[in-house]
Amino acid sequence: MNPMKNPRIIGTIAVIILLGLTPLAFAQENYAMRVITVGMCAAIAVYGLNIILGFTGQLNLAQGGFFGIGAYGVGLLTTDYDWSFWAAFVVSVIGTAVIGYLCGLIALRTKDEYFAIFTMAIGFIIFLVISRWEPVTHAHSGVNNVKFPEGGGLIDFESPVAMFYLVFAILLICVYTTYAIRRSSVGRTLLTIRTSEDLADAIGVRVGFSKQLAFAASAVFGGVGGGLYATVVGFIGPDAASIDKTFEFLMFILVGGMGTVAGPLLGSMIVTFLFELFQDFQAYRFIVLGPIIVALVIFAPRGIVGYLGGFVDRRNRRRRVEEARGADDDLDSTGASTSGGTGDHRARNVADGTESGAGRTGGTPSPEETK
Amino acid sequence: MRLTRAALMPAEDPTIMTLFIQQLFNGLALGGVYCLAAIGLTLVFGVLRIPNLAHGALYMLGAYITYFFLTTVGVPYIAAIGIAAIMLFIVGVGLERLVFHPLRNSPHTHHMIAAVGAMFFFQALAQAIWGADFRRMDTPITGELRILGAEISAQRIVIIVTAVIVLALLALFIKRSIHGQTIEAIEQDRVGASLVGINPSMVSMLTLGLSALLATIAAGLVAPINLLSPTMGDALNLKVFAIIILGGLGSLPGAIVGGFALAIAETMTATYISSAVGEAVAFIVLVAVLAIKPNGLFTKAVQR
Repeated sequence: MNPMKNPRIIGTIAVIILLGLTPLAFAQENYAMRVITVGMCAAIAVYGLNIILGFTGQLNLAQGGFFGIGAYGVGLLTTDYDWSFWAAFVVSVIGTAVIGYLCGLIALRTKDEYFAIFTMAIGFIIFLVISRWEPVTHAHSGVNNVKFPEGGGLIDFESPVAMFYLVFAILLICVYTTYAIRRSSVGRTLLTIRTSEDLADAIGVRVGFSKQLAFAASAVFGGVGGGLYATVVGFIGPDAASIDKTFEFLMFILVGGMGTVAGPLLGSMIVTFLFELFQDFQAYRFIVLGPIIVALVIFAPRGIVGYLGGFVDRRNRRRRVEEARGADDDLDSTGASTSGGTGDHRARNVADGTESGAGRTGGTPSPEETK
Repeated sequence: MRLTRAALMPAEDPTIMTLFIQQLFNGLALGGVYCLAAIGLTLVFGVLRIPNLAHGALYMLGAYITYFFLTTVGVPYIAAIGIAAIMLFIVGVGLERLVFHPLRNSPHTHHMIAAVGAMFFFQALAQAIWGADFRRMDTPITGELRILGAEISAQRIVIIVTAVIVLALLALFIKRSIHGQTIEAIEQDRVGASLVGINPSMVSMLTLGLSALLATIAAGLVAPINLLSPTMGDALNLKVFAIIILGGLGSLPGAIVGGFALAIAETMTATYISSAVGEAVAFIVLVAVLAIKPNGLFTKAVQR
């Protein structure tokens, strides 16, 4: 089947186009543009979380810390050291990658709950360093007047719309990277690890190396998101690295759908919108949002995109059954469309790797529970 | 760091020895609090196999409810802690029923995320009721004791004594009483325990309730020394997790040893090096231990 007919790809592209057109509606309202742009910065970090949590199944609670490193890298280099934005951005992303890789070396020795709590401790150490190392990070007074990106005389990034499209372009790269990873053998390797580490090890997957790679990649995404966040907001405080940021990202990915391509983006936008809706209640918003998180995990653990994906799968299966009844000719191509889909949850079944297998194993009621 | 040390010394005739003894008792008191909180958490891990990230929030809620009964209602200190502990027991049971029970067959990431949701809910609730400002809780226990020349506040002695008594009672409960033994049975083998007629759901509820109760006692004891705020549970949450990871998840002796060791390390580094290092020492130790022994120090072989 033509990939352009795949409902998942169509849906993802529709979401992206819709988001790309928002400046048409809000160009005059700086506040709204800024909220959406900050939401997209968070979405980039959430794409990082998606690689390590969604694909590889490791709950990394240091993502807020890596976000903070990216933000402070850009913030400090452009103000105290007077670098240009682009140089500072590249250096802080590389810095985050190096720190992420080194953290991964130790963190990935642990597993499951130990890994989650260990990364939470890493996140907290990063937060402590940022909020206490007064001579370098200015502690609680934060960093003011982070530079705008230099447009080279062509683009003026002080306008919110230009800034929006800069972040949007980088976000698109992240979405495409996620899509590419999801389709490639790397993505399948990571999904195999999520399904069962022991099994993956047994069939010859380099588990340690792959997890290390996924962890470093997620840190890089966090750094990119943080760097952009610093320049969009212009002022950063230690909050940018706090553990609450990690939990926010977690909520974004959960609402959107873990391990999907469109999920992190959709989740970030929807929850950012909800946050704005509850703006008047400030900190009380979690009286409503807390139970929403719990209810989501219990009743819709696959998120919005996962839910829609399940709907598409059911429809495909029904169609396949009908086709099989009519003539037995088109089975191969429909099978291919299922396992090649963008947000396909079913591919977590290792057995699903073969194209024709998808048609037969598709009858399992809910692969989520077999995980 | 001579400067910091000089700044922290008491004004009247401080010798190195009295400062050390004072800090040792501070560390022991803090250790008692950490132990009570950590034991609850490690019990929950042993029975439900989940790291309850909302534990710090339960501790915070316990502190506020104690505060409410002591200051607003005006019951005696011990009674206030008792009432708060019973209320938190009910909250813990409710948490198990509403959040963790429906998720018992989900992957472990989902429990943690749900617990985070519950944590945010409790924090927002406390903030809505009591406000975001810090609050001070006064205690009827005043005065100081002189031990080896060091002035130790009576509240700290009370904390140490109460912690030891509660820990002893808990050990008695788990080892001797039938309900306590069901907890241990479920910890050892969930399927086997249910085969011999133990109801795992009941034990899960009991354990979460118990852990909330212990956290409340810890909170009620330490509240007069520290200030109350809706986020007071956050720092404790991380430290208690560090403790039970150090001790090995699910290990009771590990939680006790880890709790006291970490608390003493923390007060000592805060006194002799700097307060920022004191705050971070738990995590530095944690990183160091896990880098060498990824499963904690006292891990027993657990069947999963």
